[in-house]
Amino acid sequence: MGENLFNKVWELHKVKTLPSGQDQLFIGLHLIHEVTSPQAFQMLRERGLKVLYPERTFATVDHIVPTDDLGRPFKDPLAEEMIEELEKNTAEFGIKFFNLDTEYQGIVHIIGPELGLTQPGMTIVCGDSHTSTHGALGAIAFGIGTSQIRDVLATQTLSMSRPKVRRINITGKLQNGVYAKDIILMIINKLGVNGGIGYAYEYGGPVIESLDIEGRLTVCNMSIEGGARAGYINPDEKTFDYIRGRMFAPRGDDFVKALKFWREIASDGDASYDDVVEMDADNLEPMVTWGINPGQSVPVSGKLPRIEDFPEEERGTAERAYRHMGFKEGEPIMGTKIDVAFIGSCTNGRLSDLREAAKIARGRRVAKGVKALVVPGSKRVARQAEEEGLDKIFREAGFQWRNAGCSMCLAMNPDKLEGRQISASSSNRNFIGRQGSPTGRTLLMSPAMVAAAAIEGAVTDVREMI
Amino acid sequence: MSVIEENVRRVIEGRGLPLRGDDIDTDRIIPARYLKCVTFDELGKFAFYDERFDEDGNAKEHPFNDRRFEGAEILVVNRNFGCGSSREHAPQSLMRAGIRAIVGESFAEIFAGNCLQLGIPVVTMSHEKVSELQGLLEEKPGTKLKLDIGEKKLEADGKLFEVEVNDSARKLLLSGTWDTTSLLLANRREIEEVARRLPYLQWRQTA
Ligand code: SF4
Repeated sequence: MGENLFNKVWELHKVKTLPSGQDQLFIGLHLIHEVTSPQAFQMLRERGLKVLYPERTFATVDHIVPTDDLGRPFKDPLAEEMIEELEKNTAEFGIKFFNLDTEYQGIVHIIGPELGLTQPGMTIVCGDSHTSTHGALGAIAFGIGTSQIRDVLATQTLSMSRPKVRRINITGKLQNGVYAKDIILMIINKLGVNGGIGYAYEYGGPVIESLDIEGRLTVCNMSIEGGARAGYINPDEKTFDYIRGRMFAPRGDDFVKALKFWREIASDGDASYDDVVEMDADNLEPMVTWGINPGQSVPVSGKLPRIEDFPEEERGTAERAYRHMGFKEGEPIMGTKIDVAFIGSCTNGRLSDLREAAKIARGRRVAKGVKALVVPGSKRVARQAEEEGLDKIFREAGFQWRNAGCSMCLAMNPDKLEGRQISASSSNRNFIGRQGSPTGRTLLMSPAMVAAAAIEGAVTDVREMI
Repeated sequence: MSVIEENVRRVIEGRGLPLRGDDIDTDRIIPARYLKCVTFDELGKFAFYDERFDEDGNAKEHPFNDRRFEGAEILVVNRNFGCGSSREHAPQSLMRAGIRAIVGESFAEIFAGNCLQLGIPVVTMSHEKVSELQGLLEEKPGTKLKLDIGEKKLEADGKLFEVEVNDSARKLLLSGTWDTTSLLLANRREIEEVARRLPYLQWRQTA
């Protein structure tokens, strides 16, 4: 029987089995940002340690960036303090920092793949749970905490228990207007927000293979919302084409060697898994969340579920969701009025996302009273979108066109919901308070669906606007 | 396995704090706006802030505000506690609010790993047992719990519960080696060997 990619990569990077029974794992690529790293550098200083492989760590700034006004010092003194801290730490320890004054700043999970840093067969970590994104190129990538960032900085390794691997096959064919975001929302809805605890997810099957790399990044991005710390897709020709020529891609003869390594590291045809599940996407509709976790979603033509239809252990969360959202069981989701529309984040802030949303926005107008933001995931995405004139399409339709950052995905910068506002959002978390107001409400959906909702002023079926 | 005495976490005794609810995520444990900091020092004040205080800063009903549970050190939670982001700010804020161990039905992995790195044991019991323990604490606030990681037992008001602890975590807690940096760094030679065998570290980059 063959081996899967996850176990091959794990073996290749295993330094030692530790007395605790955990494995010491070498980390091929370490990404850091301003929120979770300062305390780790402080711990290094307190212990008199240095960074063992500074050339394997790369930094960017994303969470705190005010996307409307990049003038320094930032208006928020705490945000200014955080970026200065990262500037100081990266300079002191010799780490490359894609700061705001470079052309490459952006959300950490957007710039890794886009700069060619993310490659098949690597182990990748970052102090950020959406590190699972990078698995889309065939890497093992997962989020870590600040004490573990300290370990990676000091030793380029981590102490980890090996998870099990679940293969998720998606069969069928996607309808027009249905996207990678809808696939992952369906998977989380079916397997549950904690169904992936203890597992890494390997996504495959015809629908996953048919996705372009950006779609695959969207799927892997939200693995963590299903409880799986890592999610990945086997590398194929699309992966290799995507990487070729990027800034940190191997070059010349080395690219040929890389191809050989990447082909070998993919799961064998007869690989074994700890679990296999299959889902069909033929009848998949655009998905919309109605609750307070990413598993609480319905197809856009569907009705909100009845609490009594949930398994007993999920009823408490469902009740809480209804209380917070102010929705009623059995109501249709279609027609739910929105106040804010947010297109962006590491889930859906890439060029293809903006293109799909722009197709909907072109020649139409954002509904009165709706605040609509488009926030490119990186400066490079912004530049490419501007070259294609997407910014103009959005502006003309009444969307605000912003600078790259996490923006309204989480409440660490000036972009926030107010009071009970409802937001249609292309991000990944609808947790209570996530978008900045403790009473605010978030409906997750694909970027095209967000654009459609912005135009209608309410949740609507994007398939009727294509 | 060498032992670091001052870090050993074998028996933890303290008053229990029941916190009911499934899928309590890290944004609820520590709202994102309090992540704007370069040290963890002040975080204890902000644990569950938005659930404990309304928009004008008035205290709301919440176990962390409940006088009867003041000074509690062992938190008792339900399913999938700590899901969401990787922010170590979450366990840091709980630790700085006085929590030294957490008992629950299940935990999100990154959260559990972060707790371990701080020497906070995270142990699990069935839904029934957790509910029973929460009920007991609500009925008799101030009840002292004794969590024995070595014996995998929890004592509450004369009742004995069996708890589950991840094997590796248990070893790290009992040997006081949960702070892994020096342990990892000791294998410097092996680290370098792996770096030498990784194909991608040998390639020239386009940039
Ligand atoms: S876009 Fe959102 S989920 Fe992604 S890194 Fe930024 S804050 Fe985290």
